[in-house]
Amino acid sequence: MDLDRSNYYSLRRREVVKILLDQRDSGMLIVAGLGAPTWDVTAAGDEPLNFPLWGAMGGAVSIGLGLAIAQPTRRILVITGDGEMLMGLGSLATVSIQSPSNLAILVLDNERYGETGMQATHTAGNVDLAAVARATGFSESHNIADKKTFRSLLPQIQNGEGPLFFNVKVRAENLPLVLPPKDGAFLKDRFRVALFGSDAVR
Amino acid sequence: MTLWTNDIFQVLVNHHVRQVAYVPDAGHSHLINRCGQYGEMVSVPLTTEEEGIALLAGAWLGGDRGVLLMQSSGVGNCLNMFSLTRTCSMPLLMLVTMRGECGEFNPWQVPMGQNTEKLLKAADIVTFYVDKSNRLGESTEAAARMVFEGPAAAAVLISQRILGKKTFME
Repeated sequence: MDLDRSNYYSLRRREVVKILLDQRDSGMLIVAGLGAPTWDVTAAGDEPLNFPLWGAMGGAVSIGLGLAIAQPTRRILVITGDGEMLMGLGSLATVSIQSPSNLAILVLDNERYGETGMQATHTAGNVDLAAVARATGFSESHNIADKKTFRSLLPQIQNGEGPLFFNVKVRAENLPLVLPPKDGAFLKDRFRVALFGSDAVR
Repeated sequence: MTLWTNDIFQVLVNHHVRQVAYVPDAGHSHLINRCGQYGEMVSVPLTTEEEGIALLAGAWLGGDRGVLLMQSSGVGNCLNMFSLTRTCSMPLLMLVTMRGECGEFNPWQVPMGQNTEKLLKAADIVTFYVDKSNRLGESTEAAARMVFEGPAAAAVLISQRILGKKTFME
């Protein structure tokens, strides 16, 4: 395990997410994994078609898959962290079997458990999440470690044919919390009303 | 195909269930095949049962109804993920084939089998324990109505009395 290297990665998580979501297609549906990815997505703007998680660790990709099957004409982007992804590695195999063309998964990999004191995750060792995704059958799976690569893959992240997996190596940093609403039932209803209109809660 | 499998399948059709998530079990095999052949349903085999809880939450966000088919041992795998169901008031329909009760030959199934209903109740999930095959249709219907007209989270527990003893000879 290298406990130091991610302190020097050039990509910054908030900037990566901001760039991604500033160019967001209005129909795009976002699932944010618990912890820092939820704060990052909210820092870029608290939108009804975001589903930011405060729990359900290991479930972000599966939520994205259920959504992708239900809404095949919309783009689904799961933005999660390395710790959350490690808890649900099996879900990558499940996605691969379904092979939804409208699903992209982007991991913000700082090699740390950010909410519990920045302890190392397995990716601080030799665990390569993009290689895991590839091994489960993702034909498009990339490691992104610099701005140039990120910029060149942006169209792919936004519109490429899925399922797609991107592991973005980001600097380990503690940033100010930007919190979305905490009430899960509200977040769910807000999301469904934005998709289906007020009938969704009748 | 056994009659009770037909009854359950018909309830799922009537309630417009679309995503059928499962970890295979011998007791569910007919239903899994039936759903797999039905064009209005999408079968989603899982690597572990808690994926199904998250998957069906995503399905509901996107307007799909779903069902999770699993064995009693799988309920233990789901416990923390039930927080998602409860906190977000997600509808959740589960059909659980029981192990570790009458006629169980494998002692490793007993700890979860003997506590499945207790753990579901601890997670605030409505349970329908059914040990007569002619009651499965009505119990699944009652559960589905509660789930999709609720929303609520409910599980139908299908007794080993209905499924029969499992042996290595089968």
